[in-house]
Amino acid sequence: MLSEFTERIRAAHANGSPLVIQGGGSKTFYGNPDEGEVLGTRTLSGVVDYQPKELVLTARAGTSLAEIEALLAEQNQMLAFEPPHFGGAATLGGCVASGLSGPRRPYAGAVRDFVLGVRIIDGTGQPLRFGGQVIKNVAGYDVSRLMVGALGTLGLITEVSLKVLPQPAAETTLQFELDEAAAIEKMNRMAGQPLPLSATSWHAGLLTVRLSGATSAVQAAQARLGGEVLKDAAPFWLRLRDHATPFFEVRPAASNQQLWRLAVKPTTPPLKLGDAQWIEWGGAVRWLVSDLPAAALFAAATGCGGHATLFRGKAPAEGVFNPLTPALLTLHRNLKQRFDPRGILNRGRLYPDF
Amino acid sequence: MLSPVFLSQLRRLLPPHSVLFEREDLMPFESDGLSAYRNVPDVVVLPENEAQVAAILQLCHAEKVAVVARGAGTGLAAGALPIDGAVLLVLSKLNQIKDIDPLARTATVQPGVRNLAISEAAAAHGLYYAPDPSSQIACSIGGNVAENSGGVHCLKYGLTVHNILKLRAFAITGELLEIGSDTLDAAGYDLLALMTGSEGMLAVITEVTVKLLPRPQRAQVVLAAFDDVAKAGAAVGNIIAAGVIPAGLEMMDRLAIQAAEAFVHAGYPLDCEALLLCEVDGVNEEVSDDIFTVREVLTASGATEIRTAESEEQRLRFWAGRKAAFPAVGRLAPDYYCMDGTIPRAQLPHVLQRISEMSAECGLAVANVFHAGDGNLHPLILFDANQPGELHKAESFGGKILELCVAVGGTITGEHGVGLEKINQMCAQFSTPELVRFHEVKAAFDPHRLLNPGKAVPELHRCAEWGAMHISGGQLPHPELPRF
Repeated sequence: MLSEFTERIRAAHANGSPLVIQGGGSKTFYGNPDEGEVLGTRTLSGVVDYQPKELVLTARAGTSLAEIEALLAEQNQMLAFEPPHFGGAATLGGCVASGLSGPRRPYAGAVRDFVLGVRIIDGTGQPLRFGGQVIKNVAGYDVSRLMVGALGTLGLITEVSLKVLPQPAAETTLQFELDEAAAIEKMNRMAGQPLPLSATSWHAGLLTVRLSGATSAVQAAQARLGGEVLKDAAPFWLRLRDHATPFFEVRPAASNQQLWRLAVKPTTPPLKLGDAQWIEWGGAVRWLVSDLPAAALFAAATGCGGHATLFRGKAPAEGVFNPLTPALLTLHRNLKQRFDPRGILNRGRLYPDF
Repeated sequence: MLSPVFLSQLRRLLPPHSVLFEREDLMPFESDGLSAYRNVPDVVVLPENEAQVAAILQLCHAEKVAVVARGAGTGLAAGALPIDGAVLLVLSKLNQIKDIDPLARTATVQPGVRNLAISEAAAAHGLYYAPDPSSQIACSIGGNVAENSGGVHCLKYGLTVHNILKLRAFAITGELLEIGSDTLDAAGYDLLALMTGSEGMLAVITEVTVKLLPRPQRAQVVLAAFDDVAKAGAAVGNIIAAGVIPAGLEMMDRLAIQAAEAFVHAGYPLDCEALLLCEVDGVNEEVSDDIFTVREVLTASGATEIRTAESEEQRLRFWAGRKAAFPAVGRLAPDYYCMDGTIPRAQLPHVLQRISEMSAECGLAVANVFHAGDGNLHPLILFDANQPGELHKAESFGGKILELCVAVGGTITGEHGVGLEKINQMCAQFSTPELVRFHEVKAAFDPHRLLNPGKAVPELHRCAEWGAMHISGGQLPHPELPRF
């Protein structure tokens, strides 16, 4: 099964012909435009190993997240980074390659925090294995995590081992009417307390807080925090995770309104960049619908200790991701050159020039 | 040897007290925490600011002189062992806590700040820095990042890589690299992960921004004794299967228990084969629930005795034995050699059985201390370095334990790093193309191989030579390589 992929990449390497890696196609909107022949991974499917007592699952890259999550749920376990599916047939490989995590991320960790090992095929067609299936492993450089968020530019991910966690016994969602500045302050204050937080969101004057954990812990935290209980809250968090609310929808091209993700220091005061904002991750992510020029938003996010991404919209000349400093850009080019010397894997998807 | 011209150039960059070159000044730096490996450095530099670090690196880069970075020197894998003809760059004078931001829950510190000092400084805000390697009173955060250090709370709170946000580091060219960000992710490749655990091979860290967590409201520990190591191992899996993620989950075998009890009188039961310490933390109510669950699981798993610490004083006493396990075992023999393999937990009974067989074969005793929750095994091999051949025997036994860990699906090092110590076993864990890729990662940062050369990733010819000594079943590990 793997040999067809190694052969395909070897041939592409020999010819210098670019390949576009595609799993479920749920995140084709994400990243810079790339071009080339599609290399589909869905045939690389199936859970290879799952040991609930070891908290480790290993699956091939083309396995759908839905299949993995269903299997975990049978054992009351979960992917704690709550990966978005974006309404499509999101796969494990795409989840790791995009490095995107969901609402639970600030409190449980990101996909990169749960990756224990990967198998990849690099840009020369060489199969490689890094990391493993154990939770602690410091042998060699952490190439597994380097693959997370690299958008397939360093290698085709063929298999991933992940740490999984037990599902919380109880979950409650509370809502508070608060203005933006007060909500940001409250999110940060709560995170400094021993509270079982698992997600936070602020939009249009409403702070929404999810608590997860032991029943007793959730009840105690609820009593302490007050607020209004949001009944049947699961769909709320699911829609936020998958951007399935009108706020996140693509605007008509004529309006020039695009969806930006500004990752900033979580205590950053309200950004004076327009009213259409949705705050997540305890204040660390500010979703913004804006027609401001890319350069202005990159500068704004960098000024707040973070970075901006044009999440959905038409890529500007600089690319959709925050430009890197010259020193880091050189390191990126060097790494790309080592893993994919002819630049055939997802060329241009991460940064336009490689 | 370094040339007098180079040394005089170096001395021009730094105040006189920051350059050591007299033999008696150099002796304290001859080894790190693995004292079996010694090499007196040619010169030691102790920069006091980033500009000096950059200048030293620029000079070394221009003159193609190697640089070994070192923090507190507590590492256990000879990662900071001086190299002949290299500069030993000691970062202990960069020891300022630059900022604590209680609302954002971060601390920005220089690399020479001690691990525990961060938690002490954050305590006033009800916060702490989670990774707690056993050397935390002495080890420094720069070294923690270089080694991706763990501790007893990794299963729940992660390793260093999970608990840092941002680094300032200098490339060998003297160029500043700002890696990571003040938020939860950064643009581009995850260079923060690549730097973490890179053992001083990619760049020199001059500042670290770490995450701080709220102190748990309550922590409580349960001690359980077992008459069989396999039962204790199964109990660990059962606790996790019951949905509890303990803050700490430690196991000791008979020899380690006896040594610890004799040393600190923790009150451990002595008529058992294995002891488990299971600590749960969190908000008050959650801890009560979890303790109940843990006790039930331990009983069902066949524990012969279960005790719950009823006071903070008792909790600390339960831990005192485990925390003193290394020095306690150190009293049993003139020397001990600590291994650091990690295995899938289900393999524990098999691995302990094999270790015990190998121990009998080579005639060296082993005490086993185990971060059971995350599968990280620390067998302590007892030996006497003054007996001719015993150090070699201990090293060879240790090497075999690590190869066993790889064979059962684990790794040669869970938290101590490869350094120089485990460099041969890297050949057992990784294939040639993978080792090549590691060398290329280094080359992307340091093409002239000036930062800590020869550590962490073996040269391919080294693997060929080592492989030649380990021919099993008539098959060479790397038949494609030339043999010398």
